Amino acid sequence: MTSQTNNTRYTSTAISLHWLIAIAIFANLTLGFYVSDLPFSPQRIRLISYHKWMGVTIFLFAVIRVFWRLTHKPPSLPDTIPRWQQMASAAAHGFLYLLLVIVPLSGWLYSSAAGVPVMYFGIIRLPDLIGADKTLADNLKELHELLNFMLIAVVILHVLAALKHHFVDRDEILSRMLPFLKSRS
Amino acid sequence: MPMKNLRLPTALLALTVTSWAIAEIQIAMQPVPQDKIDIRFVSKQMNVPVEGKFRKAKANVAFDPAKVEGSKAQLEIDLASIDLGLPEAETEVKRPAWFDTAKYPTATFVSSSVKPLAGGKYEVNGKLTIKGITHDVTAPVTVSPGPGGTNNIAGAFAIKRLDYKIGEGTWSDTDTVANEVEIKFKLSLPPGAKK
Repeated sequence: MTSQTNNTRYTSTAISLHWLIAIAIFANLTLGFYVSDLPFSPQRIRLISYHKWMGVTIFLFAVIRVFWRLTHKPPSLPDTIPRWQQMASAAAHGFLYLLLVIVPLSGWLYSSAAGVPVMYFGIIRLPDLIGADKTLADNLKELHELLNFMLIAVVILHVLAALKHHFVDRDEILSRMLPFLKSRS
Repeated sequence: MPMKNLRLPTALLALTVTSWAIAEIQIAMQPVPQDKIDIRFVSKQMNVPVEGKFRKAKANVAFDPAKVEGSKAQLEIDLASIDLGLPEAETEVKRPAWFDTAKYPTATFVSSSVKPLAGGKYEVNGKLTIKGITHDVTAPVTVSPGPGGTNNIAGAFAIKRLDYKIGEGTWSDTDTVANEVEIKFKLSLPPGAKK
């Protein structure tokens, strides 16, 4: 299902989703860590709600993104890239896509177990995935945190790899995902 | 001279005691066991309904299933026994901005009248006191017979938390924690709690 004949760039849909998700993840990670240190206060309750709304939004975008990725073949990597790097790249991207979906999901599960339903934008009540359970809630909180640390690690790897390709290898890898930058060739 | 000054208070006291005695004769107040009292509340945080409950409460009820209108109820809720499922929230609501449990350990409800409504329901009116502030409240109540001669009483009503200064200061922002709080109660009255 190749959508482009000139397969050197990602589709504009993939590029848009990539950067939207990137910004949202950066904002929500910051918010999440900030909120977790706040004392119990109206501000905390408010910000946790915003964090959840943003998380649900990321989840929706991530599902679309994964669907798009499965139905649109990405530009293939140039042959100049060693085979092991191509495999590492595929593995890292697979893990990243997985985290995009399960990180918000773990937060949703945590909220359900804590007995607090997720109310998207304070309007749409999402179903509780599991019943309220204090012990389970504590474990899911740990899991949500752990998965986020994994996400941070993979994102750092992702960014460093992209920068390495652009500034060290001076190849096309980064520019095919950039919305405005022209191709080097 | 001091004796003379005491005459009126003594008379009033005698009158009060007598009226209490009359009330006692009408229907005797009986305690309801702790595990037969269920008091829950639902508050909305950022429009998300969050339920909590009180683990400890005392209730005295004079109840005659044949003449429900003559019933009386007194309820005393131990506010520090609040269960929110979140320890940090429980610590917070005991502080002065919320219930100030050090100063006001209990909330009380004393019924003043019971009126029959349609469909086997009753309207209970009474005075609710929280944090030293008293307001009239009205709750529709259903009465249904339970097993072994017990009687189940269930009802719900809403209060405005700021009427009782619950959640002052930064917490008075009702966009975060709504002003309206729904209170749901269930009591299972023992068979003996009647005339």
